[in-house]
Amino acid sequence: MATIELKQVAKMFGTTYAVKPMDLTIQDGEFVVLLGPSGCGKTTTLRMISGLEAVTEGNVYLDGEDVTWRPASARDVAFVFQFFALYPRMTVYQNIAFPLESTHESKEVIDRRVNEVVDMLRIRPLLKLKPGALSGGDKQRVALARSLVRRPACFLMDEPLGALDAEFREAMRAEIKRLHNEQHATTVYVTHDQIEAMAMGDRIVVMSNAVVQQIGTPAEVYYDPQNLFVANFIGSPGMQLMEGDYSAGNAHMPGGNVYKVPQAWRAALDREIGQGKVVIGFRPEAAEISADGPFTGMVFGIDLHGAYVVLHVKLVSDQIVQVRAPRDHTYGLDASACFDLNHDMVRFFNPTTQQAIFPEASA
Amino acid sequence: MSQVSLQNITKQFKSVTALSDVTFDIHDGEFFVLLGPTGAGKTTTLRIIAGLTKQEEGSVTFDGEAIDLLPPADRDVAFVFQQYSLYPTMTVYDNLAFPLRSPMRKVPEPEIKTRVTDIAAVLRITHLLDRKTAKLSGGEMQRVSIGRAIVRSPRMYLMDEPLSNLDAKLRESLRVELAHLQKTQRSTTLFVTHDQIEALTMADRIGVLDRGKLIQVGTPEDIYDRPATVFVAQLVGSPKINLLRVSCAGEELSLDDSAYRVPMEGVCAATEAGADGLPPAFILGVRPEDVQLSAGGTFIGTIVLVEPLGVETLLHIRLDGQVVICTVPGIAKARLGDVVHFDVNKDRLHLFHPVTGARLNA
Repeated sequence: MATIELKQVAKMFGTTYAVKPMDLTIQDGEFVVLLGPSGCGKTTTLRMISGLEAVTEGNVYLDGEDVTWRPASARDVAFVFQFFALYPRMTVYQNIAFPLESTHESKEVIDRRVNEVVDMLRIRPLLKLKPGALSGGDKQRVALARSLVRRPACFLMDEPLGALDAEFREAMRAEIKRLHNEQHATTVYVTHDQIEAMAMGDRIVVMSNAVVQQIGTPAEVYYDPQNLFVANFIGSPGMQLMEGDYSAGNAHMPGGNVYKVPQAWRAALDREIGQGKVVIGFRPEAAEISADGPFTGMVFGIDLHGAYVVLHVKLVSDQIVQVRAPRDHTYGLDASACFDLNHDMVRFFNPTTQQAIFPEASA
Repeated sequence: MSQVSLQNITKQFKSVTALSDVTFDIHDGEFFVLLGPTGAGKTTTLRIIAGLTKQEEGSVTFDGEAIDLLPPADRDVAFVFQQYSLYPTMTVYDNLAFPLRSPMRKVPEPEIKTRVTDIAAVLRITHLLDRKTAKLSGGEMQRVSIGRAIVRSPRMYLMDEPLSNLDAKLRESLRVELAHLQKTQRSTTLFVTHDQIEALTMADRIGVLDRGKLIQVGTPEDIYDRPATVFVAQLVGSPKINLLRVSCAGEELSLDDSAYRVPMEGVCAATEAGADGLPPAFILGVRPEDVQLSAGGTFIGTIVLVEPLGVETLLHIRLDGQVVICTVPGIAKARLGDVVHFDVNKDRLHLFHPVTGARLNA
């Protein structure tokens, strides 16, 4: 088991930063997800932890020891890739046993440890098969088993579910997390899929444009995004964002709607915005359809999502926001709809700095 | 627009049956979605309607008239593909005008101008009209492709996964716009997708295809609330429906590997009569939102996994030998190992045959 620490770690390719200087401390047994769109620097960060990529600046520590210049093979980490690199001519058993054979473990030890991981991943019926005969999900299970069998101090996973069909992905996601809950191996997991990040991470590191945007628990990045990027990126859909003009406790929206800002936020908005543009953010489930709500619009679309519906409400500004409603709602297409926002779940952002405004700042 | 009807369509590719006796109607002005996994026969169906593939058996009619002998060009359908096929050296305007300038149509230029500018406004691409299409983003290109299909008024639109190459956020916004456009224009549309969310959110009716067979046709509510087979039940809904192994015990279902029972009147009595030789074991489907935590709940289980997705949290609950997934709103503070009590919504249970997968309860 291991802790991982990055101190002012950065990576440059030529003259551009792939990762700008970042700090990150990962506790022993923690599951940390590096999340962001492609090109944000998440995979480069993972590769610097593994030693596959040399850092340009800063230091990497494993268990308190500076391993910045130690090669990947001497770092006691296991890498799981998106593409299952299995040996096609070996059976599943031989594939899993391979890392132990190459370190010359005894036959008994190998057999015992292969059997352990095989049961954990429920792939015993596959042991005699060759990889060519396996489904994508089973191949990824075997690849996982092969990394697990070494009992590394930590796992580094680079989009391990990225190549799987949507239906396998949900099940494999739960399996990897369950495995982690049993083993408690420190894990760093890279993905561009925010649902995966939310479902799996103890903490999420949200990255964009080579910069760490926020580090927090799923609840923190979902309810209290630090900036507009995180607000929009986390959630499906992302946070709904509406721009208005703030002055003296009111947000004046395009078209004449006036939203009375909840008392708890006024001091912060007076200080941060004073008089000027403000962005109001809310999650679809924080909106409440109500006849005298301060926001008005037309129902542009109605989506059945199984257990509930999402109304797409087109505001006077032409912007469309999403509002969650129960399945027995009575709105038709192009009907006018008013909604209010749950006071505890409304958020505010400064459109100039793109940063969130927090009421604590005024305390 | 037309009313379209497929009757007993069968298509073989060498020894493989791509479509087997497929029959369904698309009403005039309806948005009909064909939903199914890869290889189900969705695109083949589309190509048969367009005349690009020839069926071995069966017939396609538009407004009651068989069109099987018409070449594709004379069928008057508009196609939107997954890959945008635009003319890269032409402007967006010229791409949109192209179908109208076809020698077969000879629409006068002033009318072309009116129709192109109208369509551009609807699809919010007015500002792009003078650009070359090679310079557009993926979302913009797909808007232009859709625009080019709808600029004329064909008898129907055929759309083959038009949103699947776009990133998630773009896909969602274009999906909502496309649905709105279709619902206001009431154009007859056949839309093919493997994405259950697209099907549930856009369709007037859905046809579910599996390995060349049409399994169920119904409104999104029908498909979600009363899936005809266990395959359909698993295909729609996210997170997926819970499938539990159960067997009959009098007027109740008994959960395998467990002492728990669920009342299920009618079905068990009917099966015990043994009329149709059903085995005593079944599959019970319970949607995650129909598993409700409550302090006095009948069932008592242990949380083995917590997945906080944001809008809701998935709790995986071990109930003796089986695991049930339950959704609770927001980010729940549940922890591994917590013991929870819950009930299942008895009005929303789905019972399936363990071998054929067919639905057994009403």
